[in-house]
Amino acid sequence: MSNSAVNPVRRNARGEPTWLRVLLIATSLGFIGFMLVLPLVSVFVEALAKGLTPYFAAIIDPDALSAIRLTLFVAAIAVPCNLVFGLCAAWAIAKFDFYGKSVLITLIDLPFSVSPVISGLIYVLLFGAHGWLGPTLDHYGIKIIFTTSGLVLATIFVTFPFIARELIPLMQEQGNEEEEAAISLGASGFQTFLRVTLPNVAWGLLYGVLLCNARAMGEFGAVSVVSGHIRGLTNTMPLHVEILYNEYDFVGAFAVASLLALLALVTLVVKSLLEWKFGDRLAAGIKH
Amino acid sequence: MADAASSSRPRLSLRWKQPSVIPGFGITLGFALTYLSLIVLIPLAALLLRPVELGFGGFWAAISAPRVLASLKISFGCALIAAIINAFFGLMVAWVLVRYRFPMKRFVDALVDFPFALPTAVAGIALTGLYAPNGWLGQFLVPLGIKVAFTPLGIIVALTFIGLPFVVRTVQPVLQDLDPEFEDAAASLGATRGQAFLFVVLPSIAPALLTGFALAFARGVGEYGSVIFIAGNMPMVSEVAPLLIVTKLEQYDYAGAAAIAVVMLCASFLILLAVNRLQRRFSRHRERLT
Repeated sequence: MSNSAVNPVRRNARGEPTWLRVLLIATSLGFIGFMLVLPLVSVFVEALAKGLTPYFAAIIDPDALSAIRLTLFVAAIAVPCNLVFGLCAAWAIAKFDFYGKSVLITLIDLPFSVSPVISGLIYVLLFGAHGWLGPTLDHYGIKIIFTTSGLVLATIFVTFPFIARELIPLMQEQGNEEEEAAISLGASGFQTFLRVTLPNVAWGLLYGVLLCNARAMGEFGAVSVVSGHIRGLTNTMPLHVEILYNEYDFVGAFAVASLLALLALVTLVVKSLLEWKFGDRLAAGIKH
Repeated sequence: MADAASSSRPRLSLRWKQPSVIPGFGITLGFALTYLSLIVLIPLAALLLRPVELGFGGFWAAISAPRVLASLKISFGCALIAAIINAFFGLMVAWVLVRYRFPMKRFVDALVDFPFALPTAVAGIALTGLYAPNGWLGQFLVPLGIKVAFTPLGIIVALTFIGLPFVVRTVQPVLQDLDPEFEDAAASLGATRGQAFLFVVLPSIAPALLTGFALAFARGVGEYGSVIFIAGNMPMVSEVAPLLIVTKLEQYDYAGAAAIAVVMLCASFLILLAVNRLQRRFSRHRERLT
């Protein structure tokens, strides 16, 4: 075949025929529409199905309010704990070279590959009534399972890698030169961290905290196993949604669910803004 | 020399840590290791040790009970089907997002992460509401004989929802970095568009696609929140393994629950390990080619 006969194909080398483009775009949008948009819209429609009054009544219900308070409280402990860990782990891993580093990184990622139910189960096996440490702790009056401590522990576990995983590649990418310069100019280690490292990773840190928080507030499986579902005491928002739903209080369930969906939307918006504005100052890679 | 300290790559050395002028190694690593051990490693080790009290025979009896086997089959089977669906549509969505321009593209791009951000319980009740016999979609599907809610099909729908971002977010960056000149070259050598995709594009993104597939699969196997609402939870038919763990816990059968958990953990590690090896194989193969 002569070259000129091939040439018309070249014109379309990278482009698919228009009909195929349209088909692919339409199929993708249709899939996303049915799988993602429709469920999101349905949460708000179901929540407002009987108007605004039952909606707000479901939200200011004392049990719902205590679930909201508990969710905020658990996240307020779990996120800072993982923040401190993330900073320490990232500092040790990114600023130094030592043997076994890649194993450590793998171990930090471990909680992501553990089923949420198993994340709760491990603490029940340790601290539950028939757990290894449970009876001993019970003897001293310490209860972990079916209390807020259990919720906090399970939440810390499932959100464990978020901040470390964002900070480690980011700090590795930035290298050590600025810190070494600061140290050689007489700054202390903590000053170096506060004035040099922290400003460099601030947006990545915020990004990690954002994702960590969204998961902490929305976690269901792990928390459900350790909670005991005591209304007004150990019921977080996702658990409250389940209880209302199983009692066929659909408006109530979807009303509380709509708050969680709003949280997810706000998280997505802030996350997208961070990616668009400071994309070059965030670590690449997939997020969970 | 200062050079040795500032080089970031470890040289061959008998010391386990390279010297550095930066302080704080001991305290940060010490804290990180302690925290990691207390929160993750020791509890997970306790889980692995728990079935030991059953003995080998007891362990085998616990995991080979028909109800347990059925739940494992449902969890793995549905997760596999959902991951295949996601591999197909996820690749398409990633392709469309990288290669084409269309209105509201940024919005769609951001929306792909929605299943990561949405609490699973909310996803569960929303999907159940949609596919229930009187729901928006259910009212059209049920007369056609397609029952989604409260059947294994519902589990697949929920797992597809949960898994989509894994595939899109692993394939998308690789597709973005793929130089279209290879496709041009293929086309100039006479390949059709389909051949160029099949023999040029697909092999380059295959490791990423496989990784996304495996991540979606592993996530689906362990998924609980979004599934239990839509599944109907009938033992032997639509009861997933994580739910059976919860049921066993509620009956204070700790060792039985731990046995199922150990099987699931081992399976998901094997999946991730296999993916790691496959990926390494792919990258070595490509290095040899170039």
